[in-house]
Amino acid sequence: MLGRLSFADIPVDVPILVGTFAGVAVIGIAVLALITYYGKWGYLWKEWFTSVDHKRLAVMYIVLALVALARGFADAIMMRTQLALAYAGNPGYLPPHHYDQIFSAHGTIMIFFLAMAFMTGLFNLVVPLQIGARDVAFPFLNNLSFWMTAIAFILINVSLFIGEFSQCGWLAYPPLSETQFSPGVGVDYYIWAVQLSGVGTLLTGVNFFVTIVKMRAPGMTWMKVPVFTWTAFCACVLIMVAFPVLTVVLGMLGLDRYLGMHFFTNDGGGNQMLYLSLIWTWGHPEVYILILPAFGVFSEVVPTFSRKPLFGYATMVYATCAIMVLSFLVWLHHFFTMGAGADVNAFFGIATMVISIPTGVKLFNWLFTMYKGRVEFHATMYWAVGFMITFTIGGMTGVMMAIPAADFVLHNSLFLIAHFHNVIIGGVYFGYVCGMNYWFPKALGFKLNEAWGKAAFWFWFVGFYVAFMPLYVLGFDGMTRRLNHYDNPAWHPWLLIAEVGAVLVFCGIACQVIQLYVSIRDRNLPQNVDVTGDPWNARSLEWSTSSPPPIYNFAITPHVHDLDAFMHDKENGIDTRGAGGPYAPIHMPKNTAAGFMVGAFSLVLGFAAIWYIWWLAAIGLIGVFATVIIRSANQDVDYYIPAEEVARIENEHSRKLMVQAAE
Amino acid sequence: MINRYLKGPARLGGLASVLLLAGCNLDVLDPKGPVGEQLKFLIVESTVAMLLVVVPTIILACYFAWKYRASNTSAEYLPKWSHSNKIEVVIWGVPSIIILFLAVITYQTCHSLDPYRPLDTEANAKPLHVEVVALDWKWLFIYPDEGIATVNQLAIPVGTPVDFVITSDSVMNSFFIPRLGSMIYAMAGMQTQLHLLASEPGDYAGESANYSGRGFSDMKFRTLAMPADQYASWVEKVRSSSDQLDNETYGKLAAPSEADPVKYYSHVAPSLFDGIVAKYNNGMVMDKNTGKMIRVQSAMSDMNMKE
Repeated sequence: MLGRLSFADIPVDVPILVGTFAGVAVIGIAVLALITYYGKWGYLWKEWFTSVDHKRLAVMYIVLALVALARGFADAIMMRTQLALAYAGNPGYLPPHHYDQIFSAHGTIMIFFLAMAFMTGLFNLVVPLQIGARDVAFPFLNNLSFWMTAIAFILINVSLFIGEFSQCGWLAYPPLSETQFSPGVGVDYYIWAVQLSGVGTLLTGVNFFVTIVKMRAPGMTWMKVPVFTWTAFCACVLIMVAFPVLTVVLGMLGLDRYLGMHFFTNDGGGNQMLYLSLIWTWGHPEVYILILPAFGVFSEVVPTFSRKPLFGYATMVYATCAIMVLSFLVWLHHFFTMGAGADVNAFFGIATMVISIPTGVKLFNWLFTMYKGRVEFHATMYWAVGFMITFTIGGMTGVMMAIPAADFVLHNSLFLIAHFHNVIIGGVYFGYVCGMNYWFPKALGFKLNEAWGKAAFWFWFVGFYVAFMPLYVLGFDGMTRRLNHYDNPAWHPWLLIAEVGAVLVFCGIACQVIQLYVSIRDRNLPQNVDVTGDPWNARSLEWSTSSPPPIYNFAITPHVHDLDAFMHDKENGIDTRGAGGPYAPIHMPKNTAAGFMVGAFSLVLGFAAIWYIWWLAAIGLIGVFATVIIRSANQDVDYYIPAEEVARIENEHSRKLMVQAAE
Repeated sequence: MINRYLKGPARLGGLASVLLLAGCNLDVLDPKGPVGEQLKFLIVESTVAMLLVVVPTIILACYFAWKYRASNTSAEYLPKWSHSNKIEVVIWGVPSIIILFLAVITYQTCHSLDPYRPLDTEANAKPLHVEVVALDWKWLFIYPDEGIATVNQLAIPVGTPVDFVITSDSVMNSFFIPRLGSMIYAMAGMQTQLHLLASEPGDYAGESANYSGRGFSDMKFRTLAMPADQYASWVEKVRSSSDQLDNETYGKLAAPSEADPVKYYSHVAPSLFDGIVAKYNNGMVMDKNTGKMIRVQSAMSDMNMKE
């Protein structure tokens, strides 16, 4: 009846997990109770869960990302603490069984649920507004994407309390991840969580690709597209090409595990090298999927706060596209040590280095954007300059490992760990947080607190260096990744320093939480409210509408005359909004529960398949298909906002603008 | 009183000196063999080349941000300036030149430091053959010419090139001796090759550099690099062991175990290594001399083929 699920799979004997469960349960019940007390369930359901509005989905994505950050960071500091303790005979406080799950979950969660969700949140918030569109091309799919990502994250967290998670690292290399060596449910949790979230990501890629190709405002030719949208576009191309490979390779691993096939097993003709090749065919483009939008954020923020256009826009676009293409020619650098010939290794090593040329060009472009500008040290600029310094170092260590011969001593060492945290934290995370600080008023109508934002930056910046520079040293000292205890006395002081760094990063996260709390508390103070919709005197179209924008974004579709369309209009006295009308009725998509339902049934399907509860899996699968069929047959999916309603909303905004101007 | 105030800084100073000492003594940057020496040179050379552009970039990032801060109204302000062909040439050109330089040394070192390539040594230096098998979670070293085998201890004569052939009878691992140089993966059904040489006697750490499951953290061995005469007596010591490695004892050894002690085997069943490779290859193994697939004729070939 319950497949292989039994009471013994509930880890009631592990104090850390029982404590975590108690904490999660208390917080969860408190949140649910508060929602019930204030009677907000209907509001949440109608206005958020079923919403197809890209701005609402953006907020939900970023909330999901921040929850994932909390989980992923908890894993991180547990690992650092274990390694600070587990030295010279001391086993530390985590048994290998638990530690191995933690590092596997840390990587999986940080990439798929922090970084990808944060990135998709920024796409949702910015791209349609920046190109002057009223929504994305497929609003329902957008909602569905969110729920697939959200339920996958729920599934991965269920593994904490029912069963176990994978102990095979975040990419689950076979043959270790095969049934012969990992018979438990851990790898199945990994496969299902990544596969379900992959559906969401792939749909997002298609959705935003079509949106950017088809829905740009009149006049916005390709070379007038803002750089953030360009980077989103290239990331979507990468998603559409790379994610199917991930789906297929994890599907093959699933067939090995569920049906006893032999794609990657040791015996029966399986080939583990094939898995490495396929997973990195996805995996390397994946890091560019993450970093390109971060580059896009800086390309918006640096010009705005330097009071000057972006230096070398065309170069920036070509560099982005070059990186997009090159990122598919380098995947073999993840396994130089597998025994490929010298020529093969040389090709992929050199291809990898070549990527650093367009990347370096981008860095110089941001530098020369500040050059002869008027740089305002807004919190976002702290993240931007911090990024330029940190990412340069990360790029350098990346090129070092791109030299195959050097990789023969650095591969899989803590040097590697330091390198990719250097680019993922110093590049991706700094970029996304910078973007969050920049576009926050656009999403919610009030600014984030500056002082706490800067405090968060300093803790993250210093914490990063304290936590990861020692790891470079440890890599040179021959310490490999994924050790849960060690006996080399030379490693211990460095790991103690790294622990201090992790604590500093914790303070950074705490500052970010306080920043959110203080900002929400003070949201009605006059200096925090964004009345105009353009709090930074910025350059692109998203700032031409109110904050938060009306549901239809633009009452009158803007016409784009130049790169930096909104700045052009401001300088030439053109009213981008077209205030006063005449207004026409606006065609909008209706909210739908279908995305939520497909997500919920997928969660049932995934959970049941992990535990071999086949009748329940059938219910989940049938539920998914039934929901899709019912949704497809539904013709009542759109409505019109009457012109009078549009006029009322727009006039109200105009009135606020005049009051503000009069003051 | 003063003592109390000085204690903190003194401790920090102590810590700093410990770290500095450690810095001069890092395994990879203090190699004990020619492969490691060349790799160290390569790492230093490429780092210096990149610092030529990295350091100015970081300085410029700080300098521009400071010089053109909004409060510094005396700095020049060009609100429309966004293009310069001269700067474009420099920012594409300089990184390209450095990458060109790195590409050349990459191509050269890929060939000169290819782990499959036998080392350049004096013509009469006869290499030592060692067959390495990664097991759950220990390392088996077979010396086919000597007919002996060890677990978790690798002894090699100083100055003699060592030809490793590496496989796994379990999951993927990576065979790595940081003081000597390159690593290479160990994979079931496959044989990878590695050529190393120790130029100084010593006791060097060896490890798996690819996570392999529960016992991974203890999957390490010591590499004893010793002068020829000591090595010879070490071989004799192994030969005097009462343990032998045949089908039965190998089966016991291959069963998963953690933190295994060093073991010596005075005798090894011939072509044990080929049998381990062939087990995952329908009984076939690649002949190292001809490169052709041959059927393994040994007791191992009918060892339980796991389905």
